[in-house]
Amino acid sequence: MFKKILIANRGEIACRIADVCRLQGIRTVAVYSDADKDARHVRLCDEAVALGGTFAKDSYLRADLVLEAARQTGAEAIHPGYGFLSEKADFARACQEAGIVFIGPSPEAIERMGDKAEARRTVQAQGVPVVPGSDGVVRPEQAKEVAAKVGYPVLVKAAAGGGGIGMQVVKDESALEKAVQSCSERAQASFGDGGVYIERYFTHPRHIEVQVLGDGRGKVVHLFERECSVQRRNQKVLEESPSPLFQNGANASLAERMYAAAINAARAVNYSGAGTIEMLVQDGEFFFIEMNTRLQVEHPVTEKTTGVDLISWQLRIAAGEPLTLEQSELAHTGHSIELRLYAEDPAKMYAPSPGTLSAFALESPNTRLDTGYEAGATVTPFYDPMVAKLVTWDTTRDACIGTALQALDKLVLEGDKPNGKPMAFNTELLKQVLDSAEFRSGTLDTHILERIK
Amino acid sequence: MATDVEAHITGTIWKIETTVGAQVSEGDILVIIESMKMEMPVEAPADGKILEIRCAEGQAVDEGDVLVVLEE
Repeated sequence: MFKKILIANRGEIACRIADVCRLQGIRTVAVYSDADKDARHVRLCDEAVALGGTFAKDSYLRADLVLEAARQTGAEAIHPGYGFLSEKADFARACQEAGIVFIGPSPEAIERMGDKAEARRTVQAQGVPVVPGSDGVVRPEQAKEVAAKVGYPVLVKAAAGGGGIGMQVVKDESALEKAVQSCSERAQASFGDGGVYIERYFTHPRHIEVQVLGDGRGKVVHLFERECSVQRRNQKVLEESPSPLFQNGANASLAERMYAAAINAARAVNYSGAGTIEMLVQDGEFFFIEMNTRLQVEHPVTEKTTGVDLISWQLRIAAGEPLTLEQSELAHTGHSIELRLYAEDPAKMYAPSPGTLSAFALESPNTRLDTGYEAGATVTPFYDPMVAKLVTWDTTRDACIGTALQALDKLVLEGDKPNGKPMAFNTELLKQVLDSAEFRSGTLDTHILERIK
Repeated sequence: MATDVEAHITGTIWKIETTVGAQVSEGDILVIIESMKMEMPVEAPADGKILEIRCAEGQAVDEGDVLVVLEE
């Protein structure tokens, strides 16, 4: 096992990785931007290296500075967390060339799954169904023809990146040209690549994803699914495992086909480490959306229902230890719900609400709070609005909903904006979702928040 | 009548979508603020003419800062 690793991230995930390393006796190196010099992750690690800058592009995305920090501190490996450098094949390759282990899959696997057209071709070749859409980047002059073939409504999305930046739903041909243009501009500005895709827009899909672990030598196991249908602007708000669709053995053959598809997709790129295959499920059919070649934000709900520590396995696999988990021994028990606590105002179109936390505490049964903040810390406008993940678990879904509601009631989370007004959080919205008849029934789809609001 | 158009959130000016002297209609996007990885448009509160632009692309702004002055 490694003696020292560098954590190339911030916030809750950097803290969580540092915690796992502490338990395993691995020393940790934090990196931080100017805005994060007092951040919790910096204090949790054994050493810390300043990257300078505030915006991600001037700090956490600076591969050269991160690598230099690893060299300087003698870190043997780099854990990229999620976001930032986690899905940058060039960075993984630069690590390799520098003799530092990148804790994640090979640069080739990142590249093939990161290019959406290549990813579609790769999994289609394994018999995995994909969302009907353009095979590759659509030139503006082809857009009408492609959209007509796919069938309206269509989704116009950026070829590069992820997380829904620039994504737009187009109901008919009249709005297509403008949507393609604005999506392309946004993609160009965000990712330096203006390529766009067109695909079928589903009216009532569930977003379900399958967790896998691979050893890079052909062995892949799945760790069941996560239901991530509660989303705003294509960003997840609440995730759970198992999916209500598969509760108590329901739709077992669909679940098995999805697990098999996920394993085949991962095997196709000789996957190493933790990865997730995202799928849309509607009317008994499933379609591959993409593979995230990294740890997911919502990985704790898998950990709580399988008893497997995914970060620990990422470290072991990266260190060359054998993947000793056997599919037949993996079981899915109990229920877990993760709530993402965002500093944003759901009543004002989810307007971001940066500020300084004045109070932040939680003590509640069957609850874990993953966070990079504490009372007195500032949630700056430079990074994402997620203040914490509130992870709850219980024996059944109904019990877990109660546990989650109880945790929200006990949560103390307050802060002040720079102008002295109170910060906004999405806690009331989370309560409304948990308490809604639709969520409780388990028949949710990705539009649930639009109906609850 | 001159109207101050203020930033409704704390963040950074991502894009200025208007110019001094431009005639705008209520609801037109004047400025886009980026905050916490989201773009939030600042719209014209009424029809009018842009008198002044008091921000620059890349500039950090706080909620309540005046971004644009509009003559109704």
